[in-house]
Amino acid sequence: MFIVNYIKEVGGAVRSLWTGMKRTLYYFTHHKEIITQQYPDNRATLVFPERFRGEVVMPHDENNEHRCTGCTACELACPNGTIKVVTKFDISPDGKKKKAIDKLVYHLELCTMCNLCIEACPSDAIKMAQSFEHSVYDRSQLTKVLNNPGSKIMDGVE
Amino acid sequence: MWSLSYISTSIDRWLNQTFSPSVALLFEAVLVILLAIGLFSVLGLVLIMMERKVSAYMQIRLGPNRVGPKGMFQTVADTLKLMVKEGITPEGADRFLFNLAPFIVMIAAMLLLAPVAFANNFQLWDVNIGVLYISAISSISVIGILMAGWASNNKYSLLGAMRSGAQIVSYELSAGLSIITIVILTGSLKITDIVIAQENGWWLFKGHIPVVISFVIFLIAVTAETNRAPFDLAEAESELTAGFHTEYSGMKFALFFLAEYVNIFIVCAIGATLFLGGWMPFHVGNWSAFNHVMDYIPSSVWFFGKTFFLIFVIMWFRWTFPRLRIDQLLNLEWKYLLPISMFNLLLVTLMAILGWHF
Repeated sequence: MFIVNYIKEVGGAVRSLWTGMKRTLYYFTHHKEIITQQYPDNRATLVFPERFRGEVVMPHDENNEHRCTGCTACELACPNGTIKVVTKFDISPDGKKKKAIDKLVYHLELCTMCNLCIEACPSDAIKMAQSFEHSVYDRSQLTKVLNNPGSKIMDGVE
Repeated sequence: MWSLSYISTSIDRWLNQTFSPSVALLFEAVLVILLAIGLFSVLGLVLIMMERKVSAYMQIRLGPNRVGPKGMFQTVADTLKLMVKEGITPEGADRFLFNLAPFIVMIAAMLLLAPVAFANNFQLWDVNIGVLYISAISSISVIGILMAGWASNNKYSLLGAMRSGAQIVSYELSAGLSIITIVILTGSLKITDIVIAQENGWWLFKGHIPVVISFVIFLIAVTAETNRAPFDLAEAESELTAGFHTEYSGMKFALFFLAEYVNIFIVCAIGATLFLGGWMPFHVGNWSAFNHVMDYIPSSVWFFGKTFFLIFVIMWFRWTFPRLRIDQLLNLEWKYLLPISMFNLLLVTLMAILGWHF
């Protein structure tokens, strides 16, 4: 019985090692799988992995409308105080007061791209962009206001 | 016509006609030394480049691609850098042994070159105990490694050297046993006889499964003997920084590095000679037409082709497998490789006695 187990063990080892070697041989012979980006040379044709996280942005549509309700869920979710939501009260046409954002301040210099704010957002108002060339000469340029000036909330987003 | 043996014999004849025999011998010795050093430096450049490219493609990277066309001069640039760097001897190190160690490793590698047959009738020294000589000399390099580890006066170096010693001493057994299978089949220790015996087919094909098993064991054992991944415990970057050559810099480091690659070349050359027929072209039994076509490819091309194929296989191992722990390493040798190769040796002996091989 011992000898059968011994031979099985050797056979299993050879088979699993061969599986690994087949994988590397596949990569060796298929150069289209190469994922290296020759960055400064191919700036124009740079291909990003889908989940690469560069900075937080707030998408606006063509009417300069965003989806942010000012609920501050992102501000609460952020572990290092990167986002600050400044709210104001809009008067709706029928005379009711409605909470809305005045400014959504984003400190890129504090952000660790952890994606927690995007996961916390109930109305998909913010997302991660893939821009990554963030260096500037002055720290104040890294503090950004995410909503465009004069923008307002999209109809139907509560 | 333009074979290596033709060139060497015509040079020999010309020297003997022009000078007295002793002066001719002196010139030939100088020529051989120059050729050996030239071969070593070219091998270093080519093999390091090959390793970097192979590793890059296996890991879905591009590898060096800036210096020269497709990065082909990267190793030349690296060598230049190593040559102009200062060779520091650390304070507290044993100066004499520290500076001697890289040369011992290098000399062991050079001595191994002597009985290797590079082409038909092109060999430095066709000694009648060639295989024994190879297995004896290849153990000398462990002395150089132990010397380097001890003289560095550094615990990482010493640990790396000790591991390397344990590893080389254990794996020499199964390497030796798998070499003996071929010696049994051939009935000679002479390299030329072993190559000639494979005229009607390489031992790997003639010897059935037992020789295939001993070929695989040989490949594993020489990978361990040259201290390469997955058996690179002597260096083990993540544990011992660089093992026995932690304290070396500049040209002395380069000598260790070069010796590693030259050793790979030599063990692959020996593997190609024993199992794949050395410079012998691919012959199948008595298909004389096919054999005749194969003879048109020069014997040196066959030898280097086989050797580089084996080098590629060893690089393939390195860039696929994770490193073994020291206990796993010794388990593999003493519990698996050694019993299997002993049993295999008995099988091959039976096969040789009963004449079951082709």
